[in-house]
Amino acid sequence: MTEANQIQKTAAGNSLKMLQAMVGIGIFCALMIVLTFQGTLPIIKKKKAEALEKAIFKVLPGIEKTEAYQLGQDDNFTPLAGEGKEGQVAYAGYDQNGKLVGVAVEASGQGYADIIRVLYGYDPEKQAVVGFYVLESKETPGLGDKIEKDPNFQANFEALDVSLADGQSTLKNTVITVKNGAKQNPWEIDGITGATISSRAIGNIMGVSTAYWVPLIYKNQAAFIENNEQ
Amino acid sequence: MANPTKNNTGFLASLKDSPSTDEFIKGLWRENPVFVQVLGMCPTLAVSNTAMNALAMGLATTFVLLMSNLLVSSLRNFIPKQVRIASYILIIATFVTMTDYMIQAISVDLHKSLGAFISLIVVNCLILGRAEAFASKNTLGRSFLDGLGMGIGFTFALFCLGAVRELLGNGTLFGWAFFPDTFQEWIVMILPAGGFFTLAIWLLIFNAAKERRATS
Amino acid sequence: MLNKTLNISTSPHIVKGIGTDDIMQNVVWALLPTAIFAVYSFGLSALMVLIATTAACVLTEHYLCKFSGKESTISDWSAVITGLLLGLTLPPNFPVWMAFIGGVIAIALGKFIFGGLGYNVFNPALVGRAVLQAAFPVAITTWYPAFLDNRFSSFSVSTFTAPFMEPTVDAITGATPLSAFKFDHVVTPAYDLALGLITGSTGETCAVLILLGGIYLIARNMMNWRIPVAILVTVYVLSGILHWVDGQAYPPPLFMLFSGGLMLGALFMATDMVASPITPLGVVIYGFIIGLLVVVIRIWGGLPEGVMYAILLANAISPHIDNLIRPRVYGTTKSVKGS
Repeated sequence: MTEANQIQKTAAGNSLKMLQAMVGIGIFCALMIVLTFQGTLPIIKKKKAEALEKAIFKVLPGIEKTEAYQLGQDDNFTPLAGEGKEGQVAYAGYDQNGKLVGVAVEASGQGYADIIRVLYGYDPEKQAVVGFYVLESKETPGLGDKIEKDPNFQANFEALDVSLADGQSTLKNTVITVKNGAKQNPWEIDGITGATISSRAIGNIMGVSTAYWVPLIYKNQAAFIENNEQ
Repeated sequence: MANPTKNNTGFLASLKDSPSTDEFIKGLWRENPVFVQVLGMCPTLAVSNTAMNALAMGLATTFVLLMSNLLVSSLRNFIPKQVRIASYILIIATFVTMTDYMIQAISVDLHKSLGAFISLIVVNCLILGRAEAFASKNTLGRSFLDGLGMGIGFTFALFCLGAVRELLGNGTLFGWAFFPDTFQEWIVMILPAGGFFTLAIWLLIFNAAKERRATS
Repeated sequence: MLNKTLNISTSPHIVKGIGTDDIMQNVVWALLPTAIFAVYSFGLSALMVLIATTAACVLTEHYLCKFSGKESTISDWSAVITGLLLGLTLPPNFPVWMAFIGGVIAIALGKFIFGGLGYNVFNPALVGRAVLQAAFPVAITTWYPAFLDNRFSSFSVSTFTAPFMEPTVDAITGATPLSAFKFDHVVTPAYDLALGLITGSTGETCAVLILLGGIYLIARNMMNWRIPVAILVTVYVLSGILHWVDGQAYPPPLFMLFSGGLMLGALFMATDMVASPITPLGVVIYGFIIGLLVVVIRIWGGLPEGVMYAILLANAISPHIDNLIRPRVYGTTKSVKGS
């Protein structure tokens, strides 16, 4: 008997055993993963919702209650039940009297290191962005991550002008980041020295996102108010 | 032939002589996975930028290491030699996925800061290394002690790096301010380069201590 | 170097008494005009930076030698050069404690860990600067204007920052010609650049004095002239081509030549005898790579200045350059096996 034949025969004898071992371990592992997934899913969902809610309360000062709305294909907002489509959800915030304070929207874009995800609150009455919170960023610690912490930078978003132009379908001025100390108009974001790229990225993200969302929200303000009164 | 315990009898014989507690102790210092074996460099360098991240990563790795060691050891006579690596990876990946979910359930923030490195525990050569070199040849009890010792040694090493990097790079330890407000952060320490520097300096200290002990 | 046994050799019997110490000492002399001009234009703050880096380098070298049980090697002047060079690349208002740490790192990580003088892979002064740049990016890019009226009577606010504390930012700061070009597109006249009437690191402002020092060393055959010439020609030609293609977007070649740390880097840092190649052709390739990297980093990179990284990268590949162009052993066809 040649050597090759021998190996073949041993392999054939073992293949059943190998199959048994792999399938057995596979089934066991799958079971473990499913059990853990099922066990932790409600907790993870609750924690994530809590974190989002906390962020919404931060970007819309003075609210007591928040509700999620889904943007439909015909550019209408409808109350959201269950999970919404990514990037199509707006969160309306109301004060204790049930009056609409503002709408929070998520925005994202390329930063210096990775995608930056932010949440900002829009107040249709003031026609301004009233709050800003970084949901996720991997910007350089000590430099780029100042977009999350720097109080002067955060102050840009206490009343960032996003008034609509006459046609009500575009913004009068695009939100833009300028060099530190060069802010002259209410729609400009004062950049951070030493974090030029990250602060400019925020300017771009906000510029693109507000240009899309603000006219939509402004036009459909009624949808948020009516639904709350029902 | 399919039974790995029958191979390497020389190696096994040498192990039988050592007392059981030694399986635990060796991972802490003499065979420390980071400082002596220099294994698992990816998480060591990547997530040791703060003491908290380092500790969390260390504990997650310890959990995976312990569980995979236990399972591999108990199945060591059942897994054929030809598919052992595939089986080990399957087992390790399972526990890593479980850890991933559990960390998310414990703290979303922690999960965010550890990022992709939780999933990358799968390819931490320390875990596969212990499964292949130790657990597949030793009893359940010994494998447990080995995993525990190695895991704690790994956590200890990561914490050493994380503490230095956070202290210099951020002026804090576990988020507690250690210096006055005007402290100048060494930004390089939080960046990847700082991980290499800190690891090199710890290795230097470790080797110097080892050499000193050997000569005395 | 000295061999006490009797040597029998053929003529000529003239022995040129040029050793490491001699060369090092002469490099220090060549650097002195630049250092003096730095103190003249930036005042006492620049003097403090130079003293701090030099003291740190010499002390570190001395104590590391002692600690490892060797004889102290500070008498070969190489630590002084490292200290001076490091000090000359830092901003004049750099906090003294940071400058001191830079000196310690330069010697400990840049030189001693590799085995001391003659074994360093990188130019030690640049290693120190690179770590400082990564650790304190804000302090190292805060510039101080030259020729202030009170420069000889008072220090910059940030010079004597308490150790490990954040420096107070000076009310008066300037922009270097390179950052002025990068961020605001302002070209400083080459005349001002050459004479050093500008803001910048302590020792990189006066290109003429640096050139003089370099020429002195080249004339005494203590510096490989091919390296600076290769670097400067590469930078001049490449930036000249770019400027010719689009005069608006790219700076004029003379501006590139005289601005930033290029002169100091090309003449005194890239010529580090240990970290540069040894063959004549290798040296030219090495200089070309540095020049190319300088132009690429300055024009397309995120940083305004790239001489430091260019030299460090070229240092890293310099042994490979020598290997690549190693002449074929006579009689063999391909590279020698097993060598």
